Amino acid sequence: MQTIELVNLDAIGEARRQIEICNACRYCESYCAVFPAVHSKRAYSDGDIQQLSNLCHNCRGCYYACQYTAPHEFGLNLPKALAEVRQESWQNHTQPSVIATVFHRSGAALSLFVVLAAALLVWLIQAAPKSSGEGFYSLMSHNAMVVLFVPAFTLPILLILLSLRGYWRTIGGESIRWRHVVGAFGSIAKMKNLSGGHGDGCNFEAEDAFSNRRRLYHQATMYGFLLCFAATSVATLMHYGLDMQAPYGFFSLPKLFGISGGVLLSIGTLGLASLKLKADRGLADARVWGGEMAFVLLLFVVSTSGLALYFLRETSLLDELLALHLGAVLAFFLLMPFSKMVHGFFRLAALIRDEQCKA
Amino acid sequence: MYSAVYNQEADNKMVDLRANYDVIVVGGGNAALCAAISAAEAGARTLILEGAPKAYRGGNSRHTRNFRCMHGEPMAVLTDSYSEQEYFEDLMKVTQGKTDEHLAKLAIRSSEECYSWMVEHGVRFQPSLSGTLSLSRTNAFFMGGGKALVNAYYRTAQNLGVDVLYEAQVTHLEREGDRIVSIDVTYQGEQHRLSPRAVVVSSGGFQADVDWLADAWGPAAKNFLIRGTPYNRGVVLKDLIGQELESVGDPTQCHAVAIDGRAPKFDGGIVTRLDCVPFSVVVNKEGQRFYDEGEDVWPKRYAIWGRLVAAQPDQVGYVIIDSKSLELFMPSVFPPIKADTLEELAGKLDLPATQLQQTIEGFNKACTEGHFHPTELDGLATQGLTPPKSNWARPIDTPPYYGYTLRTGVTFTYLGLKVDESAQVQGRTGPIKNLWAAGEIMAGSILGQGYLAGFGMTIGTVFGRIAGREAARYANN
Repeated sequence: MQTIELVNLDAIGEARRQIEICNACRYCESYCAVFPAVHSKRAYSDGDIQQLSNLCHNCRGCYYACQYTAPHEFGLNLPKALAEVRQESWQNHTQPSVIATVFHRSGAALSLFVVLAAALLVWLIQAAPKSSGEGFYSLMSHNAMVVLFVPAFTLPILLILLSLRGYWRTIGGESIRWRHVVGAFGSIAKMKNLSGGHGDGCNFEAEDAFSNRRRLYHQATMYGFLLCFAATSVATLMHYGLDMQAPYGFFSLPKLFGISGGVLLSIGTLGLASLKLKADRGLADARVWGGEMAFVLLLFVVSTSGLALYFLRETSLLDELLALHLGAVLAFFLLMPFSKMVHGFFRLAALIRDEQCKA
Repeated sequence: MYSAVYNQEADNKMVDLRANYDVIVVGGGNAALCAAISAAEAGARTLILEGAPKAYRGGNSRHTRNFRCMHGEPMAVLTDSYSEQEYFEDLMKVTQGKTDEHLAKLAIRSSEECYSWMVEHGVRFQPSLSGTLSLSRTNAFFMGGGKALVNAYYRTAQNLGVDVLYEAQVTHLEREGDRIVSIDVTYQGEQHRLSPRAVVVSSGGFQADVDWLADAWGPAAKNFLIRGTPYNRGVVLKDLIGQELESVGDPTQCHAVAIDGRAPKFDGGIVTRLDCVPFSVVVNKEGQRFYDEGEDVWPKRYAIWGRLVAAQPDQVGYVIIDSKSLELFMPSVFPPIKADTLEELAGKLDLPATQLQQTIEGFNKACTEGHFHPTELDGLATQGLTPPKSNWARPIDTPPYYGYTLRTGVTFTYLGLKVDESAQVQGRTGPIKNLWAAGEIMAGSILGQGYLAGFGMTIGTVFGRIAGREAARYANN
């Protein structure tokens, strides 16, 4: 009689060991996209394992259903094994990966970065001559904002695209068709992979009790973020295309998108942070707990300071608030390739790849 | 009614063993939980005494994946229809008639309405798993498997106010005449004597007590692997049979299948199964074949191979395939032993090389030309070989060669308590007034031998519900 040897495997090796056990069992087939993808193969390359890791949304349904979790000698903890591979796949595909490792892992480093960015904004606002613009532009001219934020947004996006190209090669992705994209976005729009397959949700914050809270908070965060992004995009179009300058009235599109998005984003991120406090850290990559928490709170600061700017715009706090908000936004943009933000891009890629494999 | 809401209070509740319970359920698997939930819903103050720690709660139910369910038309995840008559005939085939018709038909008829009861109490179903399409008409698969079912039932039970104690070992039920007057339980190193009004025993068979298996089987049983929980040691069963309660079944009868010989002694579960026998040549440790590997499709034969291997020297078999067949079956948890020649494979498996080569050579010569079809009986049989291989007989001649060891894996035993249609336990002179049994501890009342996939969970659910309801009714009066 021989038992499975628990040698020191690297993250991919450990995930492969566990996935091979899953493929001999198959009880979790309907929980999410990971298992049908596992069951369609018999052997798993390093790229396959990384692809599976990015399909996993850490709902934890499979962990609580598993007959082979510790103290069983097979020692399965698939959410954790995949979380560690996933984390490394982001870091290894991002250049410079050492920066990614620092900000993914260290909440303190991330927070410090935000503080520095905010301080930079305070200095810029105070140092720059008061411009003749209206509203916020009287504190910092529109041109100054553009000069600062356009590169701070586009350069990180470029880095992310480069890392996605590397990931796509690693997992052997093929040329993308329209239906792959539609399928992937359909899955994201409903956050299907956090539904548990039966609609009762995840096993995230209270052991094996199913709940849709994480799914709802994540949806609030995602749609809130997209609304805020839409607000900025619409405002840019209005500024350059229609020559309509901010500030805009309450019933303008930028304000309606921005305020509803800001409220959703604040509620969503606060909810996600509170669930994260309750969830078992042993079922994820414990090394990045701090970095992830700091990232969620950074999003909360971005949205809440944005809302506060609207409601406190007539008060003496305006200078500081604007510096905080713009600093947080700046930090958020600059850290996109090196923070939890990349999960959305990698997951989209993984879901598109999954659609290709299903076809 | 199932609620997904997390009831932290129920989870952390201190259990007061001095409290007066109406119903105590001994055991913590599917049957026990169905009994406890049904008793609590009937208004009984109920306590579950589970012998295993929380991480291993649920007995063999942890390893299950479906239950066999009668239905008249396509129903949720179940396709087509599966009539009472067909279900019963399937049962009669596998048990060769050793079936209690009345109780079996009760279980079969009740299985249909169990489906919605299970959903209402938190169980979620999924379509038949990939690789098991032949079961999509007859068996409803639990999403996440049996442990997910057990988790949902514990939550439901605790939300209904059922108390649960883990690592609570019941050692003795004290009988006076036709009543159980007390239960002895060891909990956290202390002995307690509890006196509930009614008792449901659903603490499984005795397969994890290897000494008891050896009493029945002889020393060969020491080489058996136990596929399920190490906690089903039959302590309560032995205690009750020793008190002149009616037992049924034969201690040598058990559900035993051939599994990967490298599986752990206990608790290996589903992943240790090997589905490659029909595409292989199976030899014993002397390198000799001993049975027709291609007699029928594997789902109809895997259960007899447990006994076939048990009858071989050292209770071990060796499955030999070549590279042609490697991808024709579900992967096992252990990779096969691989070699470029039969001689090398014999060395790695510790088999006599010359004999193995002779056996394979003889087999290869007996193979005939024909069409090979892995998923149906293809009639590709050997000629002039004893024992024959009746289907899928292709020469083993394309390296690399692969080998697995096979051992007997015991799932559960059949020796049990005799119950009537209300799940009430029978004494020599009539029923025990306040004792019911459900699950593997009484499955022998229905099945004399053989097994039908998913029927154990059907028995547990049907008789668990009956036992809980009857125990509560008695306690309420």
